[in-house]
Amino acid sequence: MAVMNVVVCVKQIPDPAEPGKLEADNTLDRSGKLILDESDSYGVEMALQLADAAGGGDVTLVSMAPNGETSGLRTALAMGAAKAILISDEALSGAGALDTAKVLAAAIKRAEPDLVLAATESSDGYTGTVPEQVAALLGLPSITFAKHVEIADGTVKVQRQTEAGYDQCEAPLPALVSVTAGVVEPRYPSFKGIMAAKSKPVDQLTVADLGLDAGSVGSAGAGQEILAVDEAPAREAGEIVEDDGEAFQRIIAFLEELKVI
Amino acid sequence: MALNRIWVFAEGSEGTVAPITLEMLTKARELGDTVEAVYGGDASSLAGDLGAHGASKVYATGDLDGSLPGVAVASALAQLVGQGESPDLIMLGTTYDGRDVAARLSVALDKPVLTNNVDVALDGDGVVLTEPIFGGTKLVRTRFTASPPHITLFRPKSFAAEASGGGAAEVVAVDVPDRGAAKIIDRHVEESSGPKLDEANIVVSGGRGLGEAGKYAIIEELASLLKAAPGASRAIVDAGWVPYSYQVGQTGKVVKPTVYIAAGISGATQHLVGMKGSKNIIAINKDAEAPIFSVADLGIVGDVHKVLPKLVDALKAR
Repeated sequence: MAVMNVVVCVKQIPDPAEPGKLEADNTLDRSGKLILDESDSYGVEMALQLADAAGGGDVTLVSMAPNGETSGLRTALAMGAAKAILISDEALSGAGALDTAKVLAAAIKRAEPDLVLAATESSDGYTGTVPEQVAALLGLPSITFAKHVEIADGTVKVQRQTEAGYDQCEAPLPALVSVTAGVVEPRYPSFKGIMAAKSKPVDQLTVADLGLDAGSVGSAGAGQEILAVDEAPAREAGEIVEDDGEAFQRIIAFLEELKVI
Repeated sequence: MALNRIWVFAEGSEGTVAPITLEMLTKARELGDTVEAVYGGDASSLAGDLGAHGASKVYATGDLDGSLPGVAVASALAQLVGQGESPDLIMLGTTYDGRDVAARLSVALDKPVLTNNVDVALDGDGVVLTEPIFGGTKLVRTRFTASPPHITLFRPKSFAAEASGGGAAEVVAVDVPDRGAAKIIDRHVEESSGPKLDEANIVVSGGRGLGEAGKYAIIEELASLLKAAPGASRAIVDAGWVPYSYQVGQTGKVVKPTVYIAAGISGATQHLVGMKGSKNIIAINKDAEAPIFSVADLGIVGDVHKVLPKLVDALKAR
C-alpha cells in the first residue's frame, strides 16, 4: 500500500489526577480543563508509526465532546496527527456508549480510513465497548485489545491480549483495532510540533451535520436512567507502623493471626 | 417478581468453565425463572458444569474455526432474538470476549449496554444495575428505560459461585449467520507456575517503588514462600518488567484473596479497583501519604528494599 490513512478515536477527559465530580444530573462534570486521555496517546503513536511505515498517509483524529473543547486534540496534533474532526453539540450531553459510537462512526466514514484505531477503553467512563460498536456500525472487522500491531499486504496482524497470553490475529483492511496501553511508547510533542499544531485544521461538526437525529444520540436516546449515586462503604482505617527495622515482625504476626502461615 | 428468561454468556474451554460464568449463573438463578447459557464453540465438555450451576440449556455455535467470538456469537444471538427467543436479560463478563460480544450485540439489536456492573436487582418491572465509579468510592444505580433484552456486563467476582445441583445443560446448536473477517491464526500461552492470580489465597504485588525490573525477583520469592500468586501494578507492566497477565487493577485482574500484600505500590485508582475487595490488605510503601494506606489493614511506612529481605529471611527461617 502506497499510503495509509488512519483515523484515531480520541477522548478529551477531565484530568484523572483531580478528584472526579458529578453534575446535578449525575453526568460527569467536564467543565474544568479537559486533557487528552493518556490511553489514546498509544493509538495516536501507533497510527503515526504505521502511516510512516506504509510510506505516508494522514492520521486524522475523531473526537466527540458536548462543548467545543480542543486542548486535548491539540496535544495529539502536536504529536504529529494531520487534522481533527470534533463533533461538538450540546445534544450529546449524557450520551451512552452506543450513541457515542453512532456519532463517531458517522464522522469516521467521512475520512474513508484504511485503519481505525482506538484505545481499549477511556480512563473516565471505561465502558470498553465503543471501539467494537464503531466497527459494527461501519461493518468493519475488528481486533480488540492489541498489544502488537503490524500491517502487511492489506492485512492487519495483531497480537490480541487473552487471559492466558495472546492470540495472533489477522483481519483484512479496512479494519478497526483497539490498542492496550504499552503497545508503543508515545512520543512527547516537540516544541516544533506544538507550534505546528496551532494551525492544523480542526473541523467542528454538529450532530445534524452528520445527518443524525439530535434527539436520538444524547441522554434522551440512551435507553438508561440513573436512579441514584451513593457513597460506597469505605474500608475501616487500619494500623500504620513506621518501619524501625523490625516492622517485618509485625507482618509475620499479622499473617499468623490470619492463620495463613 | 422474577424475570422470565436470562442468558449468560459462557466462557471457558476443555471442560473448564470460567469462574465469572459460574458467578453470573448463580446470580441469574436468583433473578430468573429460566436460565440459559450461550457459548461460542463446542459446548459438550462444559454442559455438565453449566447445568450444575443452573443453566437448563446451552446455545452453542459449534467450532468457530478461528473466528473471533465478537461478530460470530453476537450474530447468532441476534438471530435467536429475531426468531422470538428473546430473554429479558443478557449477562456477560467484563472480559476480552464478553465486551466484544456485548458491543456487537448492542449494535445488532440497537440496545444500550450497561458496563462494569457489580450487582443487579429487580425493582418492579425494572432491571437495576450497580456500577462503581471514581475508583469504587461511589456506586451508581442505573435502570434500563429501553425495552428488553437488556445487555449487561459484570466485573469478575461480583457474585459468589454456588452449584445448584442441576443435571447437565441441554446443548442446542445455533446457526452463525456471520463469522466476521477477523481470524485467530495462532494461540500463545504464557507459562506460569504456582496458583493463579485470581484464584490464589494470598497475592503479593509489586509496583514502581521496587525501583527496577530486577528487583521484582524478591516479590516472586516472597510469593513462593507464602504459596501466593505474584501480581503487579499497571505501571510496571507498562514498563515491561513483568507480563500483562500479572496485572492487578481496572484493566487487569480483579482479585479478592484472603491476604493481599502491596509492596512499593502507591495505590492509583486503577490499582485499588482491582484489589480493594481483598479480605486483608498489607501495604509497604515509603510514602506515608500514599493512597494505598487508605485501604490497608496493616500499613508499613518503610523502604521495600529493607522490609522485604527481612520478611523473606524470617519466613525461610520458620
